[in-house]
Amino acid sequence: MSDERQIIPDSDTTDAYDIEVINRPQTRAVIPLGQKSYGGDGGPRMGFFTDTTVCIGCKACEVACKEWNQVPSTLMELTGNSYDNTGDLGADAWRHVAFIEQRKPIKVAQEAGVTTPATEGESDFRWLMSSDVCKHCTTAPCLDVCPTGSLFRTEFGTVVVQEDICNGCGYCVPACPFGVLDQREGDGRVWKCTLCYDRQKDGMEPACAQACPTDSIQYGPLEELREKANGRLEMLHEAGVEDARLYGADEEGYGMGAFFLLLDDPEVYGLPPDPEVVSRKIESLWGSATVAAGALTVGIAAAFIGGWR
Amino acid sequence: MSEARPQKRSVSEEVRRNGQGETRSYYAQPIINEPTWEWQIPCYFFTGGLAGASSGLGLLADLGGNERLARTARLAALAGATASPVLLILDLGMPKRFYNMLRVFKPTSPMSVGTWILLAFGTSSGIVAATDVLGVFPRLGKAAETVAALLGPALATYTAVLVADTSVPVWHEARRELPLVFAASSAASAGAAATIFTPPEDAGPSRRLAVGGAVAELGLTEVMKRRLGELAEPYEKEEAGRYEKLSTALTSSGAAFTAILGRKWRWAAILGGALTLGGAAAKRWAIFKAGFQSARDPKYVVKSQRERLESRPPDQRRTETFGRDGCAT
Repeated sequence: MSDERQIIPDSDTTDAYDIEVINRPQTRAVIPLGQKSYGGDGGPRMGFFTDTTVCIGCKACEVACKEWNQVPSTLMELTGNSYDNTGDLGADAWRHVAFIEQRKPIKVAQEAGVTTPATEGESDFRWLMSSDVCKHCTTAPCLDVCPTGSLFRTEFGTVVVQEDICNGCGYCVPACPFGVLDQREGDGRVWKCTLCYDRQKDGMEPACAQACPTDSIQYGPLEELREKANGRLEMLHEAGVEDARLYGADEEGYGMGAFFLLLDDPEVYGLPPDPEVVSRKIESLWGSATVAAGALTVGIAAAFIGGWR
Repeated sequence: MSEARPQKRSVSEEVRRNGQGETRSYYAQPIINEPTWEWQIPCYFFTGGLAGASSGLGLLADLGGNERLARTARLAALAGATASPVLLILDLGMPKRFYNMLRVFKPTSPMSVGTWILLAFGTSSGIVAATDVLGVFPRLGKAAETVAALLGPALATYTAVLVADTSVPVWHEARRELPLVFAASSAASAGAAATIFTPPEDAGPSRRLAVGGAVAELGLTEVMKRRLGELAEPYEKEEAGRYEKLSTALTSSGAAFTAILGRKWRWAAILGGALTLGGAAAKRWAIFKAGFQSARDPKYVVKSQRERLESRPPDQRRTETFGRDGCAT
């Protein structure tokens, strides 16, 4: 165990991709993380870390998700956008693998083991692949605006729609800064990733994470995942992959329960560069409305200044 | 290992600074999902605004002894309050579950607050109409009229908060001006509706309200678009652009007719009122459609967010982190 392999200081973890130490659910309850509990059972907040540098674009996550959650199939449609025929997250796509083709030298990337060595003549091409999912935000706008209480925060710190309560008002759809939620056609209700709430309850990891053959999708207590991701980020930076950055890993930024390691700007992956919890401004919004309502009252009264008739 | 790394600047920021054209995106696909709301919602913004402002007009006319104007305004409020919930329920993905709106009261959800406002407003307007028509319980009628008049302005403006509390760029970034635009537009609609159905000699206050509201609507829209800056572009394009032009033309001509000729001639009052009503309705459609257009094109989302990001000090840009110390983009 050499020092440079020790990517997380003062820990036993030497390899971020050693799947044996990746947090299997049975470790969840016994790790004291000091994480604020969202439920009565005191468990830590659970989430996803999607390391896009090792995604191979196999879409096993999409398939596993659809099978487990019985998400309806989407029509066969060729988008022409590389290998992406899913298009976008929505009511019938809770995982979406993005494919980005770029002209960019990949020499440093090879050194870091990010890509396989290119054969001659194709050395300036790189493929970015990333499996997108609901971010299970720390402060979730969809949850804030839901007028029926259908969306709720689970004991795992995730955000779930209760399909027996949702009446399809659609307010959460434009509230989400990531374009995750959508109304299902022919059904009318809104659907999204539940982080496999049913599996979590039984101590299993979500279907997508289990199906991922490269552990690009990792599931576990969020604090641990963040630690692990920072270790991986340092590893990549040391190998010269300067573009590598974490997206949504810092609670002081936009806190996400599902965060990503990206190799380019977020918008390239279809992610917002500076997402905002719009509903945090609700107090000032009510303030503006109060001012406007007051102005309207004054305006109506003013119409009577010239006489009652 | 976590030694301070040099400050990184994103490729997108570099591209923008060098003025190399467009913002980056994923195959020009939208970042946020378009709202699923249909025609019922802008119609409701109109009917809710009309009802909300009419209730106040009705109460004041009543207090001043202008019974004809009071009755017209009361009827307009009742009509708006009746149509509104029907429109809202029709727009639901699962209309038969509308009652789930009534299982919570959530101040963080403008739609939940609005549901209760509309429920209370509709009930009071119904009591006002019932006591008036049947000629019973005059005191209850007066109390209900006061309640409706107090809730009316809230009904007319909360809808602006509803759309502003979303990630749709042209709605969210106009959050300060939108409630005022909605208030002005509601005043114009209430004044116009009362002007149409009231003989000119009794319609003075409603004419002044219609003209004042119309002028404020035109002015405040301009202020809103100025504040939006580049983000106001959807108001000049496609459907939103057409509704915006239509609204301006109808509202200004309606206000002119009402102000200049409406006092003398009934036909001019009716024409002016109808034009102003059309202008107010078109305004809601323009705002509604502009929101969709800004959601559809990722450049509005990315551009406004990039600008916001760059205007902040580096240590406050923490959505992307380049190291354990949170080194910003």
